[in-house]
Amino acid sequence: MEGLVKAAVLALTAVGLSLVFGVMRVVNVAHGAFFMLGAVLAWTVAQYVPGDPMFGWFAALLIAPAIVAAIAATADTFVLKRLNYDPEATIVATIGLLYILEQAALSLFGPDAKPVPAPFNIRLQLPWFGYSGYKIFVVFAAVAVLLAVWWFMTRTRAGLVMRATQVDRQTARAFGINVDRVYAGVFALGAGLAAIAAVLLVPISQAHYLMGGDPLLLSFIVVIIGGLGSLRGTLVAALIIGLSDGVISMFWSPTLAKIIATAAVAMVLVFRPQGLFGARA
Amino acid sequence: MAAVILSAKALVRSFGGLRAVDGVDLDLLSGEIHALIGPNGAGKTTFVSLLSGRIAPDQGQITLAGEDITRLPAHLRVRKGIAYTFQITSIYPRLSVFDNVALAAQARGAGNLKAEVHAALLRVGMAELSNQEAATLSYGHQRLLEVAMGLALNPRVLILDEPTQGLASGEIAGFVALVRSLVPQTTVLLIEHNMDVVMDLAQRITVLNHGKVLAQGSPTEIRSNRAVQAAYLGVDHAET
Amino acid sequence: MKIWILHIAVLLALVLAQLVLPPYHANNLSRILVLAVFAMGYNISFGYAGLLSLGHALLFAAGMYGAGMLVHHAGMPALPALIAGGLAGGAMAGLVGLLALRTAGVSFMIVTLMFAQVGFLSILYFNGVTGGDEGIALTGPQRQILGLDMTQDTPRFWVALILFAIALLVKLALVQSRFGRLMLAMRENEERSRMLGLNPFGIKLKILVISGVFSGVAGAAYALLFGYLGGSFASVQYSILPMLYVLLGGAGTVLGPLLGAGLMFYLVDFTSGLTSAYLMVVGAALVVLVLFAPKGILGTLRERWLPWLP
Ligand SMILES: Nc1ncnc2c1ncn2[C@@H]1O[C@H](COP(=O)(O)OP(=O)(O)OP(=O)(O)O)[C@@H](O)[C@H]1O
Ligand SMILES: [Mg+2]
Repeated sequence: MEGLVKAAVLALTAVGLSLVFGVMRVVNVAHGAFFMLGAVLAWTVAQYVPGDPMFGWFAALLIAPAIVAAIAATADTFVLKRLNYDPEATIVATIGLLYILEQAALSLFGPDAKPVPAPFNIRLQLPWFGYSGYKIFVVFAAVAVLLAVWWFMTRTRAGLVMRATQVDRQTARAFGINVDRVYAGVFALGAGLAAIAAVLLVPISQAHYLMGGDPLLLSFIVVIIGGLGSLRGTLVAALIIGLSDGVISMFWSPTLAKIIATAAVAMVLVFRPQGLFGARA
Repeated sequence: MAAVILSAKALVRSFGGLRAVDGVDLDLLSGEIHALIGPNGAGKTTFVSLLSGRIAPDQGQITLAGEDITRLPAHLRVRKGIAYTFQITSIYPRLSVFDNVALAAQARGAGNLKAEVHAALLRVGMAELSNQEAATLSYGHQRLLEVAMGLALNPRVLILDEPTQGLASGEIAGFVALVRSLVPQTTVLLIEHNMDVVMDLAQRITVLNHGKVLAQGSPTEIRSNRAVQAAYLGVDHAET
Repeated sequence: MKIWILHIAVLLALVLAQLVLPPYHANNLSRILVLAVFAMGYNISFGYAGLLSLGHALLFAAGMYGAGMLVHHAGMPALPALIAGGLAGGAMAGLVGLLALRTAGVSFMIVTLMFAQVGFLSILYFNGVTGGDEGIALTGPQRQILGLDMTQDTPRFWVALILFAIALLVKLALVQSRFGRLMLAMRENEERSRMLGLNPFGIKLKILVISGVFSGVAGAAYALLFGYLGGSFASVQYSILPMLYVLLGGAGTVLGPLLGAGLMFYLVDFTSGLTSAYLMVVGAALVVLVLFAPKGILGTLRERWLPWLP
């Protein structure tokens, strides 16, 4: 179950990163910061909503990703667009963005970890184990969001426009597609997905201004192994890594597991840049 | 008859389903000016890219003065004396003209850079532009800078990919004289769309069409070749 | 000629600064000089050759731990340890380069970042040897360089300045040499270089190794001069800092790293007195620089008024 929850949250986060890279060719180093922001904002929203934690959490699920998406769209318009999406300059800029967001969270919310209560506390009692109902809910919610993303990308006009832009920016522009709007939208969507993942996860872990590092690293790993920019590969890789993460850390210390995973992924990039699965979605 | 310096045997290279070069044989004779012509997309650039090592052939063999260089990486072929000037201008835009040519000269280990660079620039008539930033040169001068870089390499075989494209007609006359002055020390393989230049310079001409050799011979033979007229000159006329 | 006079003048100004500045600032200057050596190393690969690495912390840490471990565990004297640190930085750069240089552009950035992360985590993991997060403090007797005591401000400054001067003059000679031209060729047009008979992979590997030696010496000097080595010096932040210094001062200029390191050091020093979120300055500086001044201070100066500036 832990593995499934991890895989679900990871898949959401990584799909956000992959989408941004796939369509915009932007490596968003601030992706983890958007994740963190989602969690911290969820805590804030939950603070202000009285009554049952259920209301606070659901309010957070709506509001936090929206705010994060708005911040991302702003960053795209005022920074990335002006850099003409030059790959190297945008990486430097998103590193800057990462520092700014992290430090802003530190100033505004302080250095402590903040708990967010789960919206409900049902335990599913099976003969052998008890399952936290919330964790099961997280898995289903993540799958639902991923399906929605898939539907959006393949079945709606906006998604079609995004995919057209991915194939060829110039041609898309020639066909009257407002590429600037599409890019801002994709960047916001990517960040929003990270934020949704964070809101889902935050009742299980906690909100902290430095919590973005691990999701960032893991998303990178997933996206690279799945093949840069391939959504299908990303999903498969998220599942494998989320599930195996628990297994690996049973044998090794978390640090050693990270060392091995990071080194292995770097090797994948060096020797198999098309990813382990190679298929392009 | 002069010795064969560079020889291609049954070269094949495909892009996806397209056989851009489809079994081409070509022998370059030492000291000749050999023109390679053919309609757009005939596979000329691809063919000389195989010779220079920019891309690898699927099949076939390339020999330089009898030595098999089919598997040799591009930079080592250049060291052995095959120089290539790009069809799409490729220079160091933010470096000075001097530095551009100096890189070529120092790449083959020239001793006195200043003198060698000056000599190469003099030959293309750009000696006074030595300190100018390459990006700020006119297009014609950028083309000539590429040629100067090729000259500074002191190559045995110089491959020129549409060098007169973008030159003013006044500049072309000077260029023709320059190329003629290179032989017989250097062997020249010239890809060229300007028929006057080709007929003027080339001792032999090879015509490529759809990746295959359509005809080969002296300018007079090529001019009177029916197949060539149909495939190539005909197309050219239809376009203009 | 003009060029050498300018750089000697800068060195003399630094001598003078030590004599007139109050101890606090003179001490800062020592740190700035060592960090500037690191940034010069970064500039060699990034500014001149266009290799945008996000993993130079690994090279800095290789020097720092290369020297620090030898001093701490093997009792090696400081000067040979300093040299060993430089070699460690170069060797690490060679190792990373052999792999990372098979990639380019964005992949190169990510791969170098990941290798550096592996190094950082390894330092934490092997905390028995490296001291991990807490690090290792070097004692006074371990910090004697040619009879100069690195626990004292003034001798420390002189050693820092000598190191910086050597690095500066070596770099100046390097960028004006034939090899310096090759470095620019890698940045400007790799395909053209290949077709001139140059081997880009080999040249870039050499550049990275030189960059690694600079970074390694800087890391070793940092440990020996300031008496401490710790895992945090291998963290991502220490890959970003030299990039920031170089971007600020001017990528591809000899004096840019010094200028950038000095300005950024004081900017962070100043804001960390005001807020715990001082790293925001680093972030904001990065964004502002890539947006509005990608050439940095000296790069812009060179473009507008001083075309001869190396
Ligand atoms: N890298 C590539 N990938 C896919 N197709 C290519 C590639 N390079 C060339 N082609 C195709 O191979 C064919 C031959 O191209 P090539 O550039 O060799 O022609 P060319 O004779 O030099 O034409 P031109 O006179 O226009 O320069 C063309 O159809 C071209 O589209
Ligand atoms: Mg061509």
